[in-house]
Amino acid sequence: MKLKEHRLKLQAAPLLKQSMTTGQTMRDVLLALLPATLAGLWYFGLGALLVLIASIAGAMLTEWLFSPAESRMQRLSDNTALLTGLLLGLTLPPALPLWMAFIGGAASIGLGKLIWGGMGQNLFNPALVGRAFLLATFPIAMTTWSPQSGPTEFFQIYASNLAAPFMQSVYDGISAATPLGLMKFEQQSTGLWALVSGNTSGCIGETSGLLLLLGGLYLLLRRDLDWRIPAGILGTVALFSTTLYIVDSTHYPGPLFSVFSGGLLLGAIFMATDPVTSPLTPRGTWIFAVGIGVLVVLIRAYGGFPEGVMYAILLMNAATPLIDRYTQPRVFGKGIKNP
Amino acid sequence: MIKLFKIRGGVHPQDRKQLSANQAIENLPLPPLLHIPLQQHIGAPAEPLVRRGETVLKGALLARSQGAISAPVHAPTSGRIMGIGGFPAHHPSGLSVRTITLQPDGNDAWVDHLDPVADPFTLQPDDIARRVAEAGIVGMGGATFPAAVKLNLRNRYALHTLVINGAECEPYLTCDDRLMREQPDEVLDGVLILARGLGVERILFAIENNKPEAFAAMNSAAHAYSQVEVVGLPTRYPMGSEKHLVQTLTGRETPARGLTADIGIVVQNVATALAVHEALRHARPLISRVMTVSGGAIRQPRNIHVPLGTPLSSLIDFCGGFKQKPARLISGGPMMGQPVPSIRVPVVKGSNGLLALTEEEVRLRSEMPCIRCASCVHACPCGLLPLDMAAQIRVGSLDASVNLGLLDCIACGSCAYACPSHIPLVHYFNYAKGELAARQRAQHKQNETKRLIIIRKARMEALKQAKHEMMMKRKRELATAKQRNTETPSTEVGA
Repeated sequence: MKLKEHRLKLQAAPLLKQSMTTGQTMRDVLLALLPATLAGLWYFGLGALLVLIASIAGAMLTEWLFSPAESRMQRLSDNTALLTGLLLGLTLPPALPLWMAFIGGAASIGLGKLIWGGMGQNLFNPALVGRAFLLATFPIAMTTWSPQSGPTEFFQIYASNLAAPFMQSVYDGISAATPLGLMKFEQQSTGLWALVSGNTSGCIGETSGLLLLLGGLYLLLRRDLDWRIPAGILGTVALFSTTLYIVDSTHYPGPLFSVFSGGLLLGAIFMATDPVTSPLTPRGTWIFAVGIGVLVVLIRAYGGFPEGVMYAILLMNAATPLIDRYTQPRVFGKGIKNP
Repeated sequence: MIKLFKIRGGVHPQDRKQLSANQAIENLPLPPLLHIPLQQHIGAPAEPLVRRGETVLKGALLARSQGAISAPVHAPTSGRIMGIGGFPAHHPSGLSVRTITLQPDGNDAWVDHLDPVADPFTLQPDDIARRVAEAGIVGMGGATFPAAVKLNLRNRYALHTLVINGAECEPYLTCDDRLMREQPDEVLDGVLILARGLGVERILFAIENNKPEAFAAMNSAAHAYSQVEVVGLPTRYPMGSEKHLVQTLTGRETPARGLTADIGIVVQNVATALAVHEALRHARPLISRVMTVSGGAIRQPRNIHVPLGTPLSSLIDFCGGFKQKPARLISGGPMMGQPVPSIRVPVVKGSNGLLALTEEEVRLRSEMPCIRCASCVHACPCGLLPLDMAAQIRVGSLDASVNLGLLDCIACGSCAYACPSHIPLVHYFNYAKGELAARQRAQHKQNETKRLIIIRKARMEALKQAKHEMMMKRKRELATAKQRNTETPSTEVGA
């Protein structure tokens, strides 16, 4: 090639980059959620699929609507709205009216993310903000759990799914308590196999512990996940609930039940690990995780709700800036004794 | 083998040294013109001693050192001085600096008053430092701090160890590797002279483990010297950062914004040691250096022995030109090197590499928002929070970024390398450091102006006072004169 004087673009070093990108991380998380999502559809049928679609549509439409026209497509293609919508959908009851799921998705992105200044700026996990919004707005619909439909009844939609906006939703009479509800209000435990495989009632994506762990393992192998957060949360919950179980085994469940029931695995692996809303340093991360674990058990044991993962994570999200402030790494060469 | 200590953070970029690691050092044919900048070092530029049209011999002093921190510049070959004037600098700005242009005559004839030392170990440390200063030797790892100034640290600090930095942790670069493989005895001789100049007993020669041949060569060369220990380092960027190298070797942390001399250690580079050997044993000043020319866009990557002042374009020609259009052209390594504004700029004392990287190698991607993943926090070897520093700089709070540790940043680039959102963190930090320096200068100027105004006011006041006094005095004199006149009437009046 002939040598010619050509202007080259100037860019500060370093010019090398590791291969991982933020977009790739998002795709990995979506992939990791796939098994649990499919299990949810298997257990709850077409109704659950419609809830997921409504929630994702709410999230993505809101992102599209409130993004500057020139960066709309780019913002949608970074997959964060899709992921938030999906995560929210997985924490919703399968028989939720679709319009509520749609509003939840909109609230997730609008109140959970955009109002803070967009991606990376939010203090709270957007999906959980959406869920908290729904729980405060539609408390009955959000706590009415449907029994699982068999695979043969896949195409039967829950009647309440199709309720018109702002109309009283119709429930088909059959409702089933979640394992945590059974425990809290009737002191009735659920078998471990049912919890691990997901053969219980509950939110769409939280029932199968095994598949959630599988997704977590994939993220761990892809290095998309800070293992300290799930390890800290699950360890604390197991330890704390064992203590309570030893004190009073009729009112409090054992450690295995505590870990595999409710939204704990979904929350610990996919929600608490959201990098935007969790602390930066390993030390801070441990504090964060242990705090969530303690709060989960406290809320479950002494709170009004049978489940406390959502509030535990949101509360520790709020504490994250404070944790970051007090767990800053030591700057090289500072605070050492000069010889 | 000494016990090694762990450093914080760091990254593992692909080193891509295999492109040029097995290319023996070759001599570059003399280019038609050499452009020798008067500032190739940190400190004051050298003061030219030659005039246009003068003929000089190889090794002749072209410009003398000026000030406490400065270095002289010598003729890389014999020839005629074509001029002294502005020429694009070896700097991303491409601004012109004072440069001597030399036209080689092809004889490459050395000056005749060379004065080598038969046994440098009989010299006093001061004499060694003087000779190193006279040879114009600067830190050749890229920092270009005058080597003699570093030797003179012995007057102010209690030194005990000399560390030779053979880490060469920058990807692609292989020039130090080749020097250690091809001239281990000469390098070691320079190291021993440096130790003598510093008055230290212990020498640690540190080489990253990805250079086993260099390690073996230096180890066998150093076998006879019990005070020299050749140490293999784990391969991790930025192992070659002076303070982190010292921490790895000794476990001791250099105080923030201090020197390694604060803990009794001086670090010198392999190529610097070789230059010291040349200067003391052969009385040859620093007029050439070994460079790696590499990267995916270079047809034949090479290690080349280059006269200082050679235009980069000659190096590219010597390596067969580009095989594809380079996306980026850098002087130095890909992690900390400077972008080159043009291929006309000359090789200087601190140039250790010229890299022409393809688009594929630099992974050009668009920037995404920060998701606080903390990759940069984990990668930072200095314990900083790069994401928060960058966020503060973006909104213009430079003071907040300083409070977060901006001035403790060594600009190693580990954070920007690790960032999955491709945020140019170092770019932010460089901008902020430059802006702070500019503000400091502006503040200084303002203070100076204020001081001058106050002085001027005082002077004016004094002047006014003096005028006033003078007037009063004359008034008094006039009054007394009048009085005298009335008392003793002039004879002339009556005349």
